[in-house]
Amino acid sequence: MDTELILRVYPFFLEAAWVTIQLSVLTALLGLACGALGAAARLSRLAAFRFVGAVYVSIIRGTPALIQVFILYFGGPQIGIQLDSFAAGTIALGVNIGAYMTETIRGAILSVDKGQTEAARTLGLSRWKTMRKVVLPQAARLMIRPLGVNINALIKGTALVAPISVVELTYTAQRFIGSTYKPFEMFLLSGLLYMAIIYVVGQGVHWLDRRARIT
Amino acid sequence: MGLDFSVVPGYLGVLAMGAGWTMAITICAGVLSFFGGIVFAVIALYGHWSVRLPVRAFAFLFMGTPLLLQLFLIYFGLIQIGIDLPAFVAGVIGLGLHFAVYNSELIQASILAVDKGQYEGARTLGLSRGQTLRRVVIPQAVRAVIPPMGNNMIALLKDSALVSVIGVMELTLAAQQAISRTYRPFEFYLAAAFCYYVVNLALEAGLRHLERRIAASR
Repeated sequence: MDTELILRVYPFFLEAAWVTIQLSVLTALLGLACGALGAAARLSRLAAFRFVGAVYVSIIRGTPALIQVFILYFGGPQIGIQLDSFAAGTIALGVNIGAYMTETIRGAILSVDKGQTEAARTLGLSRWKTMRKVVLPQAARLMIRPLGVNINALIKGTALVAPISVVELTYTAQRFIGSTYKPFEMFLLSGLLYMAIIYVVGQGVHWLDRRARIT
Repeated sequence: MGLDFSVVPGYLGVLAMGAGWTMAITICAGVLSFFGGIVFAVIALYGHWSVRLPVRAFAFLFMGTPLLLQLFLIYFGLIQIGIDLPAFVAGVIGLGLHFAVYNSELIQASILAVDKGQYEGARTLGLSRGQTLRRVVIPQAVRAVIPPMGNNMIALLKDSALVSVIGVMELTLAAQQAISRTYRPFEFYLAAAFCYYVVNLALEAGLRHLERRIAASR
């Protein structure tokens, strides 16, 4: 273990970790938005919306995220979408994790007892009000933990923007492996930072989940 | 510059060969992750602490870091200690170990869920500890986790695209090669995505069939 080298390069990794955090936050926000929209579409009364939602989930979950990143970043300019690597990576990964979140959110909504909907409708609440005031508050509690699993995967998934040269943790590790020939040290350095980020986010999810629990 | 899919058919051979390699990687890494998962699970549960602790630490590290980073570690790490493996082998080892860790978690939970009476019964009949595990407990435990392990295989198929980054000639790299000659990234990545999608659908259908058969045989 070359500690001297680690002490010399760690500031670069800290900077890269900050980029990974930014990527993670933006991807998570975009993913949640896509997930909410996707779930609404998949649960819609209109068959056309259900179809669009199902196609979105199936195609995105059926193809590699790396290819999705490449299509947007390298192929985007061909159809008039010119984005820098950070923006392209964030959007591709956000849309990607959104498909998984769609299924998580939909699952949580569907697992709210049907009697709740029936009772609310019987009491004269509209469909929309039933959803907003009765079903969603209960579903929100159920989805915290599984969304946490999605976010955990998303943080590790941000590594996929390294091949399009976003200077985040994995890219930085790769670059320093190339220049120092110390793969183990660079892996540990970036790996520990990933685990630290995941740990903090995991604690946050755990805290939210406990607060939302009805005892 | 617009889209022009008429360039794709000229490279169908390249893409098909890439798809073949993608399937070869997925199968090799899948087999490695299956048996590796069983070995890791048994060590994590029953191993002497001198092997249990390293395996646990390894699992902890591999569950908390991105696959791409692990591929770099394995590919360049092996070269550093003087083992210069072909990229294909390094890719299979990387993917196989990554998913072995995830399979191991499933199998551990499943081993613990096998009825204790099975273990006690086998021991009473005179089987040794090792025999009981090998012939009674593990077959039942593994059978129970085939559906979730199947989901890992589907994830493995998609994640096999990552080994293109360390230079393994598979579908994604085949598409890149076609792109470097034609400058048509959109068309070729889309074509590659289509191939992945088709294989993925076939794998999912196979998995559902398997699940039904397992459910029926219970």
